[in-house]
Amino acid sequence: MNAIVNLSALIRRKLGKGGLSSFNGGVHPPQHKLESTSAPIRQVPPPARLVLPLRQHVGNVSKLQVAIGDHVLKGQLLSSADGQVSAAVHAPTSGTIAAINNQLIPHPSGLPDISITLEADGCDEWIARQPLDYKAISKQELLDRLREAGVVGLGGATFPSHIKLREDARHPVRTLIINGAECEPYISCDDMLMRERAAEIVRGIEIMRHLLDAGRCVIGIEDNKPQAVAAMRAAAADSEVAIDVVEVPTIYPGGGAKQLIKVITGLEVPSGRLPSEIGVQCFNVATAYSVNRLVHHGEPVISRIVTVTGHAGRAGNYEVPLGMSIRELVEFAGGHAGEELIMGGPMMGFNLPSADVPVVKATNCIIVPDSAMFPAPAPALPCIRCTRCADACPANLQPQELYWFSKSQNLEKAREYEIFDCIECGCCSYVCPSNIPLVQYYRFAKSEIIAQDRAKEAADIARERNEFRLKRIEREKQERAQKHAQKAAGAKTEAAPADEAKKAAIAAAIERAKAQKAEVTPKNTEAVSPGVAAEIAEIETRRAEVLAATATDVRAEEKQSTEEAK
Amino acid sequence: MLTALYVMLGLALLLGLVLGYSALKFKVEGDPLIARIDAILPQTQCGQCGYPGCKPYATAIAKGEADINQCPPGGDAGVHALADLLGVEYKPLNAEHGLPKPKSVAVIDENVCIGCTLCIQACPVDAILGAAKHMHTVIASECTGCELCVAPCPVDCITMEPIAESPANWKWRYPVFEIKPESAVMRKTVS
Ligand code: SF4
Ligand code: SF4
Ligand code: SF4
Ligand code: SF4
Repeated sequence: MNAIVNLSALIRRKLGKGGLSSFNGGVHPPQHKLESTSAPIRQVPPPARLVLPLRQHVGNVSKLQVAIGDHVLKGQLLSSADGQVSAAVHAPTSGTIAAINNQLIPHPSGLPDISITLEADGCDEWIARQPLDYKAISKQELLDRLREAGVVGLGGATFPSHIKLREDARHPVRTLIINGAECEPYISCDDMLMRERAAEIVRGIEIMRHLLDAGRCVIGIEDNKPQAVAAMRAAAADSEVAIDVVEVPTIYPGGGAKQLIKVITGLEVPSGRLPSEIGVQCFNVATAYSVNRLVHHGEPVISRIVTVTGHAGRAGNYEVPLGMSIRELVEFAGGHAGEELIMGGPMMGFNLPSADVPVVKATNCIIVPDSAMFPAPAPALPCIRCTRCADACPANLQPQELYWFSKSQNLEKAREYEIFDCIECGCCSYVCPSNIPLVQYYRFAKSEIIAQDRAKEAADIARERNEFRLKRIEREKQERAQKHAQKAAGAKTEAAPADEAKKAAIAAAIERAKAQKAEVTPKNTEAVSPGVAAEIAEIETRRAEVLAATATDVRAEEKQSTEEAK
Repeated sequence: MLTALYVMLGLALLLGLVLGYSALKFKVEGDPLIARIDAILPQTQCGQCGYPGCKPYATAIAKGEADINQCPPGGDAGVHALADLLGVEYKPLNAEHGLPKPKSVAVIDENVCIGCTLCIQACPVDAILGAAKHMHTVIASECTGCELCVAPCPVDCITMEPIAESPANWKWRYPVFEIKPESAVMRKTVS
């Protein structure tokens, strides 16, 4: 029986829609997309006050480039990328920098982070915008421009795009996949973007293709978005490059990067590896759109499309300037910003710590729930090891084992069972008959392991530095000891020769003095009368005799003198 | 009978040679047990264990001179890891050597510092930067929080500041403690 089921699954997978592959597991939660797709994307006027966290991306905190009191124009750089894995932040409207301090950000921790507060002046005045001729400039220059413009993955991961768009000689990208699957319930911002701005997305894809030199280019869209598929097909037909638009089956989490790659190419990204290592690179449609805005319009990333849905009067998609308060946005959409707001979808999102946090680059959706939508969960029961979670897991993991290891804090084992391959999609908790909040355990275990690894790294550095210091102290000690020894030895051995040298020098000095004395010629000896000259000669001979006598040994002289005295 | 004996003797000699050779050739530098114990110790180098650093303490444990529960920065987890490694019974931290504290870094009040270099000499990991008669400062990323620089400072300008939790180093809590805030999201209540 089992064999038959497996076989039929295999055949289904092999003969999947239009030569598509499929991934294991996945669930079919109710879509709830219609609530937010009935109206076109609406513009939100820039609010009076914007809060822009310096870290809205994966990587280093960006470096501040403005001071309090500065007047900035719309699109002006506020903080620049610090290092490669970082992204810049720009002013979404013109105004004055009112504060630079810690503010609450949309993060599950509910902790504040360093942010810039911008008071809008109401003029919404743009800085000079310069479109780029991307084929005329070098790829490196284009990548630098992307980095300076703060382009990050807008699907929610917010990884700086210029890094993924860098050509890598070791792993040439053969297939460029543009992710328009948008598999999570309620969210429809990519859908609406594709419906309304397909041509602009395609322009962005052309630039990405140019950068990566990818042979094949595929846009994957779930088959529950026929309008988006039609719009993208029409736009792709007008493109100068060949772009396939592929309808993928609607299944959650079909929009996960690894899952979409599997469906479109049939290739499996190995555990712990990046898609680029198997020659595939995957970007969100909104990222392609922002690449286009930068290159063809000179606009950095200062706004994004946000779905506001759930219990809101004017649920729909809004083009929101980054930094706008989520409370204002929800109220603009006719909702009530109460206690519980969810950022992201119902499967992977998190509860906002407060409604007074800004919209950031990762904010794709705000759900205003009511009690009927998300009733309090039934209490968790013990795991009955039914393995339904394993059947639903799109990452081919064993969620029941991971749960066991995470719960007992057996972190080594959790790592061994590839907990880092878990994409936190929530399929396992969704199907669990015991209502166990599995993903919460995985999140806990993952962050615990990451913290341990960091501590280990720090300990290794400390050990190295300590050993280096001990070695240095030892070396300095030896050097000092050596110097001392040298000095002591030098004093003894050099004593004798020094004396000799001194004596020699004295002797030499005496010799010199004698020679000088001998050579001395009296000044008044020239032009004297012959009588005087004879007298001088006589005196000189006598002096010479005396000198000769004194030149002999002193003792001899003394002897002589004593003899004479006798 | 004799051939068998010769064969065995020959084999014994041959194997003896191989073993002797590999003992010389693949000699392990240092004591691997000390290195493995040292790998568990947190490398704070604070000396609270009664030894002048983590390596000396590791050496003492390996020799059986020291107990496994003398390192406060390593905490309970450290004692467990040591007990597992050495195959001995776990015992709670010995409070005589101090209690675990939240990880901190030293901060020098740069307006007060007189540049005496005493703290530089005390720091086991060269985490303090400065020169004689010039203001000193701590490289926070290298500081292990050992507190050894605090006492030597003649003007008491060094304080230990606990590392604050920020979105960058924040950890998800064990689920038991936060069922409520997560409740609305993770459930099968999408319908
Ligand atoms: S689905 Fe739930 S009960 Fe079943 S094995 Fe997985 S964790 Fe256990
Ligand atoms: S949350 Fe993780 S373990 Fe659970 S189904 Fe998704 S990938 Fe698998
Ligand atoms: S007490 Fe301090 S010096 Fe001793 S092992 Fe622990 S961290 Fe190292
Ligand atoms: S700076 Fe002070 S607390 Fe930090 S490692 Fe050096 S001596 Fe220890």
